[in-house]
Amino acid sequence: MVTHLVFWGLAVVAVLAGVAVFVVNSMARASYSLALSFIAVGLQLLLLQQLYVGVLVILMMVMEMAIMAVYMNMFMGMNPAMMSMNMVHGARHALPVSVGVFLLLAAGALFAPWPSRRGSPPADVTAALGMELMGPKMLAMAGVGVVMAATIVSGVVLAAHRTRYDRFGDDLRRPRPADPQPGGVGR
Amino acid sequence: MADLPAVVSGGWAPVAAGLLGALAVAAALLDGALAGRAAGVRSGMGQPAGEVARLLRQRRRTTVAADRLLWRIGGAGLLGMALMIVTVVPLGRWTLFDLGVGVVWVNALDVLAWAFVWLTGWGANSAYALVGGYRFLAHGLAYELPLMFALVAPAVAASSLRVGEVAAAQQGLWFVVWMPVAFVVYCLGVVAIAVWGPFSPALGRDVAGGVTAELSGVDRLLFLAGRYALLAAGAAFAVPMFLGGGAGPLLPAWAWVLVKAAVLLAGLVWLRRRVPALRPDVFMEVGWLVLLPAVLLQDLLVAVVVIGG
Repeated sequence: MVTHLVFWGLAVVAVLAGVAVFVVNSMARASYSLALSFIAVGLQLLLLQQLYVGVLVILMMVMEMAIMAVYMNMFMGMNPAMMSMNMVHGARHALPVSVGVFLLLAAGALFAPWPSRRGSPPADVTAALGMELMGPKMLAMAGVGVVMAATIVSGVVLAAHRTRYDRFGDDLRRPRPADPQPGGVGR
Repeated sequence: MADLPAVVSGGWAPVAAGLLGALAVAAALLDGALAGRAAGVRSGMGQPAGEVARLLRQRRRTTVAADRLLWRIGGAGLLGMALMIVTVVPLGRWTLFDLGVGVVWVNALDVLAWAFVWLTGWGANSAYALVGGYRFLAHGLAYELPLMFALVAPAVAASSLRVGEVAAAQQGLWFVVWMPVAFVVYCLGVVAIAVWGPFSPALGRDVAGGVTAELSGVDRLLFLAGRYALLAAGAAFAVPMFLGGGAGPLLPAWAWVLVKAAVLLAGLVWLRRRVPALRPDVFMEVGWLVLLPAVLLQDLLVAVVVIGG
């Protein structure tokens, strides 16, 4: 009973914090409202005994929002004194579309014929979830992860303003790279 | 394999909080004594008590258009983090919260420092405080990944994310002996989340106190207490992860946990005046080019030993 109440309480917190993202007028508040929303979802996952997934959601989302706050503030030049930010853009079209999508998804969740439980939950629900999601394709998924990381690194390398010729000279013979920002390992 | 710690009722939580508080107070007294010695004063130990009394009766400083909600959350958050971390640290034969993923739990909590320290810098609406907050995040980008991979090593060696099982897996040989790199990087991470010593540029004198520039009264007290508490909680968590948990001769297990935590804590406090401040921009490269590869090699070594042995 208490678990049910806590679960529904967290659901309300998650939704309200999600709404707050679009109501508050500061980037910091928007970021951390979203973080709060995700923390509530993470705690719900803990209640579902998905301990690893739940704790990981909290870990990743707090870190992500911290980084998002950095970039948003860097590029938008915000400080608390000039709170005039709005997360809603093109409200005339965006609002009906988002309300419609929400109603569609909520209707799907409410009216779908959910199967009734057969048997009992396995001992390790996290492992069972992983097997259910990936099953025999675990190796392929792990490979995709490495490819994605490599793609990110190559993307950054390609997008970088300075190339190795800027750093090591036209014949790449400079012993120490000429970097505008000195690093800590004496290069 | 030694017995796993038994879960005690939540009524013992105040005792755990009290022990954490005692360690934090001891750390503050030691820091006061060391500061006094460095300044040539006879008894620096009284300084922290005087500072507490001063802050308790100081009036709150207000700034124009401060984001008060986020400012208060950030300032009080560090103390909450420390309290949540010690819930999974077994005290010898007892633990408050025997979480199956305790190691990830602590990892998730240490990431909260990113939010709380930055929010403290942000909330005051002061340029220097915000500069301090960004300095902390710049440090965070360099220390966080090595810290995460440092926590991986003991978990891999014990084949478990349960803190009690990690401690029990060190019968005979403590993890600190054969994974020293992970231990050093972990300690660096603890020092970093406490914004301590080499990671104190976020509170630097050159930016008028940085994150703490506008903090006053009780808010400042909470923030400073949170830093000591985080140092203490980090030292306490190192005991089951690297220092063999409650293992040791003569004394009971719970006493060994406290002794080891206190010794490591004293070392971390002492470090403050021995290690120069790490500039965030310079440390970035150290974190990514030295610490991260080193700790990844450590993980590889541990994994090979576990699979081979």
